Amino acid sequence: MFDRFGMITLTRFSKVGGIVDELLAGRFVASRCTRCGARSFPPRADCSECRSGEFEFVEISRRARLLSYTTIHAAPTGFEDQVPYTLGVVELEAGGRAMACYGETLPVDSELGTPVSVVPCVRGKGDGLRAYYTLERREEEADG
Amino acid sequence: MRRVAVIGTGHGRFGVRKDATVQELAFEAYREAVDEAAIDPAEIGATWVASVPEYQKQRSLAGVIQEYLGLNPRPVWLTEAACASGSAALHTAWTAVAAGLYDLVAVVGCQKMTELETAEILALMGRVGDVQWESVFGSTFPAYYALFARQHMARYGTTREQLAAVAVKNHYYGARNGKAMFQKEASLEKVLSSAPVADPLRVFDCCANADGAACLLLASAERAKSLGGEVVWLDGLGSASAPMSVLRREDLCSLPSAVEASRQAYAMAGAGPEAVKVAEVHDCFTIAEILALEDLGFCAPGEGGPFTLAGETRTGGRIPVNVDGGLKAKGHPIGTTGVSMAVEIVRQLRGACGERQVAGADLGLTHNVGGIGQYCFVNLFRRE
Ligand SMILES: [Zn+2]
Repeated sequence: MFDRFGMITLTRFSKVGGIVDELLAGRFVASRCTRCGARSFPPRADCSECRSGEFEFVEISRRARLLSYTTIHAAPTGFEDQVPYTLGVVELEAGGRAMACYGETLPVDSELGTPVSVVPCVRGKGDGLRAYYTLERREEEADG
Repeated sequence: MRRVAVIGTGHGRFGVRKDATVQELAFEAYREAVDEAAIDPAEIGATWVASVPEYQKQRSLAGVIQEYLGLNPRPVWLTEAACASGSAALHTAWTAVAAGLYDLVAVVGCQKMTELETAEILALMGRVGDVQWESVFGSTFPAYYALFARQHMARYGTTREQLAAVAVKNHYYGARNGKAMFQKEASLEKVLSSAPVADPLRVFDCCANADGAACLLLASAERAKSLGGEVVWLDGLGSASAPMSVLRREDLCSLPSAVEASRQAYAMAGAGPEAVKVAEVHDCFTIAEILALEDLGFCAPGEGGPFTLAGETRTGGRIPVNVDGGLKAKGHPIGTTGVSMAVEIVRQLRGACGERQVAGADLGLTHNVGGIGQYCFVNLFRRE
């Protein structure tokens, strides 16, 4: 299932592959340890606090702030057709960080610290299905 | 533990080496080191090979190197820590000599990067970050350092001109190093106007893939002293790791592994940054040299840019850095780089660097980073 996550497939299998179903359902989620309650984004199957292997997905706020970004002109394999594209790292209000591509609403010259939303996205279907998230300008009604 | 010395150094020509296999490159450096030390190769008790295996078609490279060097049946193995593989091999070899397992060993850094097709290199490049959560969004190696640069510029006011000054300096010294890939100066204008790679980094902010080898011979104190003359000692070693994922890093303006490794190395050698006379730091990108100056304590956080622009990292400045051209102009055969850094420092301490020589160098430092700081090794060498 994890092979549907992101813009290209590099990791085919993971215990947190269920994030794809969550994104398909329009939910932005973190992992939560069912023993000690520690949350993680990016999700992880094994708790870094208590080492438990039991976790569940919990929906978290999409609210975030821009930590840094770069516009890529020299692309790796699978991204040749997309240059230039802008990649951002954001600090999630719910804790943790995410890396994602800029969506259409976020200006590429946004200052660091700009409020953004991390928005679930689905593209294609069948063998071409991809589930990921993009960074968008924060709209009040889009707040998770 | 026993004190360990470097008794031999060898360094081949870096660049696109269409003329040689990886073992032939290794031999160039090995021959120079054995000749320089004037030892019988039969004394070499074991060999550590540093290389990043994905770049070469040959599997299990260490075996081929040991055979070609003519050192069978003595043991050999490969050490890998991405761009810090060379220092990882040196660190491990040091422990074996210090522990008394061997009296004399070889460390061979060798890498053939340009044999792969461009598409294969690009595919590899796309997988240097965390492939599960980052590479799937199109991150590249320069992109990570671009994220660091953007933060540094926003927080401290670091400028494009200050970044470019690193490249200008390193090309100045590369033009004076006969083993460098680019033996040509680069003007500030040329650096600033080069093509964008990952904004704000441009082509001249980035080091180049290269082929090349370097070799060190390490010996116990007793064996080193028997050779006569002054000895260069590896007296301080520091090594540390940091999260692979940039998403798990607290600060994007510092490599925590570099801070920790330098703390260890300074403590072990009993010397601080103010005592260091010459340094080799990991300038895979211009911003990386600025972060290194700050992480190593050569200047305060945020001052790396102005410090560089003021010429403090040139010969005659407060701390000459990468006066062999650095990764930027010398080239970056990734498995070899850490060994190459150590070769330059040992030769600086011996006063053997000609017009690039730093006057009075008696304590030198290497700072070798793997990936985006997942690994970092800091070493201190002392002449006495
Ligand atoms: Zn837990």
